[in-house]
Amino acid sequence: MKGSGAATSPAQEPTLALEKLELRLLLEAIHGSTGIDFRGYSPASLKRRVLARVKAEELPSISALQARALHAPECMQRLIAGITVHYTTLFRDPGFWVAFREKVVPILAGERSLRLWVAGCSSGEEVYSLAIVLAEAGLVERTRIYATDLSENLVEQARAGVFPLRLMKEYTANYLAAGGTRSFSDYYSADHEAAILSAALRRRIVFARHCLATEGSFNEFHAILCRNVTIYFAAALQARVHELLFASLAPAGILALGRAEAMRGLAHEDEFEPLDVRERIFQRKSAATA
Amino acid sequence: MTVPLVVIGASLGGPSAIRTVLAGLPADFPWAIAIVQHWRADHDELLPDALTRGCPLPVAVVFDKEPIQPGHVHLARPDYHLLVEDGHFALSLDAPVNYARPSIDLCFESAAEALGPAVTGIVLTGANDDGARGLARIKALGGRALVQDPSGAECPTMPQAALAATAPDAVLRLAEIAPWLTRAAGPTLRPSP
Ligand SMILES: C[S@@+](CC[C@H](N)C(=O)[O-])C[C@H]1O[C@@H](n2cnc3c(N)ncnc32)[C@H](O)[C@@H]1O
Repeated sequence: MKGSGAATSPAQEPTLALEKLELRLLLEAIHGSTGIDFRGYSPASLKRRVLARVKAEELPSISALQARALHAPECMQRLIAGITVHYTTLFRDPGFWVAFREKVVPILAGERSLRLWVAGCSSGEEVYSLAIVLAEAGLVERTRIYATDLSENLVEQARAGVFPLRLMKEYTANYLAAGGTRSFSDYYSADHEAAILSAALRRRIVFARHCLATEGSFNEFHAILCRNVTIYFAAALQARVHELLFASLAPAGILALGRAEAMRGLAHEDEFEPLDVRERIFQRKSAATA
Repeated sequence: MTVPLVVIGASLGGPSAIRTVLAGLPADFPWAIAIVQHWRADHDELLPDALTRGCPLPVAVVFDKEPIQPGHVHLARPDYHLLVEDGHFALSLDAPVNYARPSIDLCFESAAEALGPAVTGIVLTGANDDGARGLARIKALGGRALVQDPSGAECPTMPQAALAATAPDAVLRLAEIAPWLTRAAGPTLRPSP
């Protein structure tokens, strides 16, 4: 871990500016060649992930990576996969799910039919957690959940609902901490190294590819979960996405953000009421009170 | 205008060391401070208090894209990397770096790249070598580097690794860090009218 970093010289300054330019050109190239638009993403972590690809492809510079990616589709695929961060777990932030059961479920229970959206669903852990909570609340039969992500591969993985068996111990602990009262093993069957989630959980979920950066609203929802997705966006793109989420939310609908995400400063801030400040759960004011 | 930023990294033994540093600062300390302490994710409620009891400055755990504020202490969130961009913080869930998330190296490197000479990095007690590479990057891009004197550190490994990676501006005992920072920030304390 010493070595490369320690050897940096003060002559680095022009390189930083050059790197910035190369990164901008690379994002243009990705957009021009694939239509995937990373240009509004938050630069610090994006640059690190791109530099990790430069290293993994054993290339000298971002420009060299750009040339290879434009001419070799597999390299472009690896680059796009490397730029997005898909870290997720079942019942991530158990406290969030406790709050969801206590504060959101009673609100949803008042509706005869429910539409929910998990925006940026990654490999599916979050949407299956949601399906389990709704099943235990007796709401799942009247619910349709839309689970979307930018990445086709991740959407496929999410649809399959197969997770590493070795993680089930951790997930069981999360499930219990999240207020689960059944035996978590009822929800999956084990097959060698794999835990295959029960098909019943998938019945009410529609999986689709959808890009928050470039596409529009496709329905009106009673609740939207968009957690740990917009942290990868710079302020202008965040504003666009919040506009999109707001436009997709029914009056009195619920918006759940990630632990580290603030509503402060966003255009529709005043049109929301916090339901749980710590867990970042907000309710859109109904037409009467707004 | 760029707000000068002090980034402090600590691991094992960190909370009490950080408390000592923060408690020694004046209430009108004009720079922003960011703290990366390795911490277990499920302990996040305890974090602000354990690190900052006795600190005269306002303290808060960082939200994504929060502005870097002069005279404030910004705490890294457990289980998220804390990165510095132009004028604000950015959080990420990239994989842990050498088992750490938040990683001190990532925070320091991004601070150096975003703010250059306006950064002062400080490596305190810890049992690994996180922070060494980042501190070298801060120095390389014109910032200042301080290292806790390993002989007085609860766990000297991290300060030693930092010293092996770069030549700091000063090697200080814990009690000397706040006075050093206050002196360094001094000229901006009373801006001309
Ligand atoms: C860190 S994961 C969050 C997963 C889940 N929501 C959670 O909190 O556990 C971020 C996800 O956002 C997706 N994403 C990134 N940019 C996107 C975009 N423009 N539109 C839709 N999804 C995007 C990534 O593909 C990735 O799966």
